[in-house]
Amino acid sequence: MVDQAIIEVVHQTLVEEFELSAADLSAAVSLYEDLGLDSLDSVDLVVALERAVGFKIDRVADEERIRQVRTLEDLYGFVQAKVNSSGKQA
Amino acid sequence: MKRVVITGVGAVSPLGIGTDRLFQGLVEDRSAVVNQRQEWQQEVSDLTSWVGAPLTEPLDPNRIPRKHRRFMGRVAAMAYVASLESLDKARVPEEMLASGRAGISFASTMGSVGALDRFFRTCFEEREIGRLPAGIFFRCMSHTCAANLAHALGITGRVLSPNAACASSLQAIMCGAEAIKNGKQDVMLCGGADELHVTVVSSFDMVRAASSHFNDRPQDTPRPFDEERDGIVCGEGAGALVLESEQSALAREAEILAEITGWSTNTGGTHMAQPHTESMTDCLRAALHAADLSPDAIDYVNAHATGTLQGDQAEAEALEAVFGEKGVPVSSFKGHLGHTLGASGALELIACLLMQKLRYLIPTRNLKTPGAGCGGLDHVTTLRPAEFDRFVKSSFAFGGIGSVLVLQRYRHG
Repeated sequence: MVDQAIIEVVHQTLVEEFELSAADLSAAVSLYEDLGLDSLDSVDLVVALERAVGFKIDRVADEERIRQVRTLEDLYGFVQAKVNSSGKQA
Repeated sequence: MKRVVITGVGAVSPLGIGTDRLFQGLVEDRSAVVNQRQEWQQEVSDLTSWVGAPLTEPLDPNRIPRKHRRFMGRVAAMAYVASLESLDKARVPEEMLASGRAGISFASTMGSVGALDRFFRTCFEEREIGRLPAGIFFRCMSHTCAANLAHALGITGRVLSPNAACASSLQAIMCGAEAIKNGKQDVMLCGGADELHVTVVSSFDMVRAASSHFNDRPQDTPRPFDEERDGIVCGEGAGALVLESEQSALAREAEILAEITGWSTNTGGTHMAQPHTESMTDCLRAALHAADLSPDAIDYVNAHATGTLQGDQAEAEALEAVFGEKGVPVSSFKGHLGHTLGASGALELIACLLMQKLRYLIPTRNLKTPGAGCGGLDHVTTLRPAEFDRFVKSSFAFGGIGSVLVLQRYRHG
């Protein structure tokens, strides 16, 4: 189960960092095919989420999990897991 | 061989954004030079030169789509804005840009200095790279302007970036002209850009080439060819020109602003920083030879003349050797714009095209009394009506590099 606060912070980050419309954001949306992000954007997205949520990405240990993120639902789950493991609140 | 013509120009200069602002500022004899001490002394405390010519009009980054802007530092953003104006003025259709028959030759002294600063500070002070934006290298690389323009504008032909410090943009124009002359491309987007940064000023200050006696009177410096000149004032900007084969321009009924008839670039090979009169002379003569013109066929010279003691004298002596004593009207725009480095050749050339169209010569700002060795020229010191057909634009750079272009009013046939 993903906290609503996490969904909101992910959406806010996408709107602010990537100039996307909030109306285009929902769980099933693909970051790449639907929103037009690319692999370099995904690096910047992770950095922006680190800053917004306050968790720390391990550039080696988290690489494979980040690579598997395709949809916003995947992204919510990744951020939720990082928050849970770091004991932080979104 | 194809004839090479210019069909569009665009400018981002310390006098404003757009060619109209550039030209209006020059005609009104305005200086863009200001005191930068408050900003710069936080970074470098022992500069002697605190004057610079930054953009006086903010560059709105939001006019550049994010997917392109993320790869652009300030230098590429300025190049993009100037290029948009030049393509718009030339009315080059998008399908032509994407045809493979259009290319780019666009240069700067180096990549974005602001981005390089951020990159190295983060690496060496924070000792972490994880929070740097993924696109930062594309802002830093030497061909950042050319590569960004290609992607942002959808240009698919050759992409060149002949980085040669202050001669960058004239060399870029030459590379573009050669591609067209040899039939390799029909259209080339050419020019140069550079951004003002305290480290750039420092590089001139270290070698005692930066103006330091006018910090309290910034608008009185630089002083090209003047007896009181004391060095360069760094500026920033971008100049873009659309070069095209005559055949292509005529086929699409584009307005032709001028023809580029000759060019030359060389080096003295004697010293990295000291100017070399003989190699400047050689470069001027080689460009005239390429244009198949004798010196007396030239109606005006727009000099590099940055306001340094040695550089201005060496250039004046070279011009006198080629054109004879008082043989041709000469002026420099560095007194208005400062030295916009990799942009200077293109920006000043664009101003010459506008002067040619409006039929007068703009004087050298801050030239009151020619210094020793600079008196043998026909200096333009007031706005002078002039019907000029053929002119020379020169740039001389660190590395002993000279670049000279010869242009003329276009005539069909």
